[in-house]
Amino acid sequence: MTDTLDSGPVLAADGRPLKASLNRALRRQKMRSMMLIAPLLIFIMFTFVIPIGQMLFRSVENQIVSDVLPTTTQMLHDWDASTGERPSEDVFAALTKDMMVAVEKKEHTRLGSRLNYETTGISSLFRKTGRRVDDMGEVYTEQFTALDPTWENPVFWADLVALPDAAAALPQTLAAYASFSDTIISEDGDDPREEQPWNTVYLSLYQDLSAASAADLSALPAEVGVAQAAVGGFETQNLGDAFTKIDKDWSSVEVWETIHTYSPDFTNGYFLNSIDRQKTADGSEWRGEQQQIYLTLFVRTLIMSMTITISCILLGYPVAWLLANLPMRTANLLMILVLLPFWTSLLVRTSAWKVLLQQQGVINDIVVWLGLVADDNRLALINNATGTIIAMTHILLPFMILPLYSVMKTVPPTYVRAAKSLGATNWTAFWRVYFPQSVPGIGAGSILVFILSIGYYITPEIVGGTKGVFISNRIAYHISSSLNWGLAAALGSILLAVVMLLYWAYDRIVGIDNVKLGG
Amino acid sequence: MKLTTTLLASTAMTLASSVAFADGHMANEMTIVSWGGAYSASQQAAYHDPYAANTGVTIVNDESSAEAVAKLRAMNEAGNVTWDVVDVVASDAIRLCDEGLALEIDVDTQLADGDDGSKASDDFGDLLVSDCFIPQIVYSTTAGYRTDLVGDTAPTTICAFFDTDMYPGKRSLEKRPINNMEWALLCDGVAKDDVYDVLETEEGQAQAFAKLDTIKDDVVWWSAGADTPQLLADGEVVMGTTYNGRLFSLIEEQKQPVAMLWDAQVFDLDGWIIPAGLSPEREARALDYIMFATDTQRLADQAKYISYGPARASSAPLVGKHATLGIDMAQHMPTDPANATNTFLYNYEWWADYRDDLDAKFQAWLAQ
Repeated sequence: MTDTLDSGPVLAADGRPLKASLNRALRRQKMRSMMLIAPLLIFIMFTFVIPIGQMLFRSVENQIVSDVLPTTTQMLHDWDASTGERPSEDVFAALTKDMMVAVEKKEHTRLGSRLNYETTGISSLFRKTGRRVDDMGEVYTEQFTALDPTWENPVFWADLVALPDAAAALPQTLAAYASFSDTIISEDGDDPREEQPWNTVYLSLYQDLSAASAADLSALPAEVGVAQAAVGGFETQNLGDAFTKIDKDWSSVEVWETIHTYSPDFTNGYFLNSIDRQKTADGSEWRGEQQQIYLTLFVRTLIMSMTITISCILLGYPVAWLLANLPMRTANLLMILVLLPFWTSLLVRTSAWKVLLQQQGVINDIVVWLGLVADDNRLALINNATGTIIAMTHILLPFMILPLYSVMKTVPPTYVRAAKSLGATNWTAFWRVYFPQSVPGIGAGSILVFILSIGYYITPEIVGGTKGVFISNRIAYHISSSLNWGLAAALGSILLAVVMLLYWAYDRIVGIDNVKLGG
Repeated sequence: MKLTTTLLASTAMTLASSVAFADGHMANEMTIVSWGGAYSASQQAAYHDPYAANTGVTIVNDESSAEAVAKLRAMNEAGNVTWDVVDVVASDAIRLCDEGLALEIDVDTQLADGDDGSKASDDFGDLLVSDCFIPQIVYSTTAGYRTDLVGDTAPTTICAFFDTDMYPGKRSLEKRPINNMEWALLCDGVAKDDVYDVLETEEGQAQAFAKLDTIKDDVVWWSAGADTPQLLADGEVVMGTTYNGRLFSLIEEQKQPVAMLWDAQVFDLDGWIIPAGLSPEREARALDYIMFATDTQRLADQAKYISYGPARASSAPLVGKHATLGIDMAQHMPTDPANATNTFLYNYEWWADYRDDLDAKFQAWLAQ
């Protein structure tokens, strides 16, 4: 004791402090074990964590609106929906320019189907508008070229926008010309010096010239000055009316409100939709009663998964007990029977239930033959919740039996014998001595069965009818049919969160240390 | 040494072949996606085999049409499209075209003219419902009933589905709003031309749901085309809707006591799209295949194997007998005048708009 007090830190054989030396050795060991698990870790990162993360990210991602309609969404900031009026002419001018680019890039229909998830009719509104938007502003093109045919000349345009003073004098024209030239270069590989600009460029020129009374045009070609003097007498086009003529929905406040509400790059709209609410300009509100479905499905999924888990415990416990306590030969045979379903296709097993459970099926035929039910009053065992519970309990039963079995195998038979020899009845011996030792197996089996069943969708789809389908069927629908991946991701995220919450609750109540898959 | 030579040779060949592709050559392998089953078999016999024999191209079949839209979108996002030609229904083609996932087709230059000399755009006519869609067949969603379970008076109209007094028992309908909503309104006294106008309004939708409510407890909802034939064969339902080709094989090939109820059949289209984003040589191959596979004779040939009507007007006179059963196919086509006395025209544009909204309402209604 006096030694350590005197000589400071303990030294290792090589003279370095023992603590540092130990740390170094441990670090090397840790590195080595990290290296060993690295392949698995990397594999899981790339095949599991990153793809799932990306998928879940879609639930908030919403760049498409501001990407396709960049200036329109910006201009819409100042629009006030509560006036009940459609946005100003400036917004429609911005829409014309944005749509022109979007149509060339074939992005407008994509945006249309995105917004159609929120407001019915936008899909065809955008498709219809896309076909006719290139006529918008043509009246200006005609008047400019009538004034001076030079305005038709692509080279004149290319030189004009390249002038250093053009940017200050004709800002909108330059922006419109830039999107025109960028788009035709990237989409068609055309040379802007050979193509007459779109109508939107002339529209912008008109806007600039009619607003630019203060701007200095002296450094620009004489044609611009002439045009400026003339624009005051130009025939104008009301773009709002022109759009409304294509489709009256362009005057609908609802459509504009949808575009406005979904302008930001990120949205909580998908999450609101997945709990039967909808995003509005100022917050959110419940969907109409006849459109509410997701909360019902979430609750149903949870309740039915629990029912399935409990049925699995009730059916699996005796089987597992038999497996653990029968002589080896018989137990092996029984084990094969338990494992047999694993070797059969899931679809085959589910379809087999169809044959058994339907109204003209085997089970109904037998009970009718036995006289238990009347022929005209056969049991409805399929295409409802009953069908789903029966089929899924059967399919998931092995996931309950196997953990139960491996835990029961480790319970020494001597304990029950000891209890009995001390005077316990069969029931007391089981309930007070055997059962508590098998609880970790029930825990492991329940977690497996519950989590598997919460995400099942093939079996409910086939035998569930209308009252026996899960939330996962809707997720599958949105992934493969409606292509509303954002909503599917939001539903999936919620499902994941619910499972984690339940897991956490389970850990708090039962304790995850009490779960054993064996040994 | 030998290995080095092989490596060098194969590298040289790869280089040579890529040079050859750049010259406008076509790929010599292609993946065609379709629905599988009897339908793919009919395409194999009518299109793939003769095309492969003519050109020496290896055709790989993929049966993923049911998930085609989602998979194409995923492939497009990953920048690796592995399919060359995809068989989809018209509404999916519209969706794919909207999403920019399918190639736009110039009908008159990229498809063959009709045998009767008509331009392709006239030959296909109204069936060209999207810029990306190359129609192949006309099928219909129609009804069949058990001849032994409907009593003495066989049903003659689709409204028999809503008449549970006359025809007690279960009936099977598809688990989606499309077609069912229209039939409900038709049987509730709405005129055929007004159906979509009525369905556009909240009251019209409520009216359709109210009509469907009257038989809600008697309906088995199907989601796969094979469900109704199975339900009819097992006597689970007295009548049900499905695709007309499924009923044809149930009646003519499996000889079940089932009869067709063509009334108010809803025509729908199935056809090809070419995915966007293919390399030039694969795109050239896909276009070449399409040009061949959708000409007048090929479309008529397919009708020998399956009872779906060819999409070209010029193919109709060429439809002959079934390849194995030897029966005349014309009378089993949904487009045959005797069958098409009362047909309902499915409005693609309308459903593209209302599908999301009505599907949510329909599912909510089912769950109630």
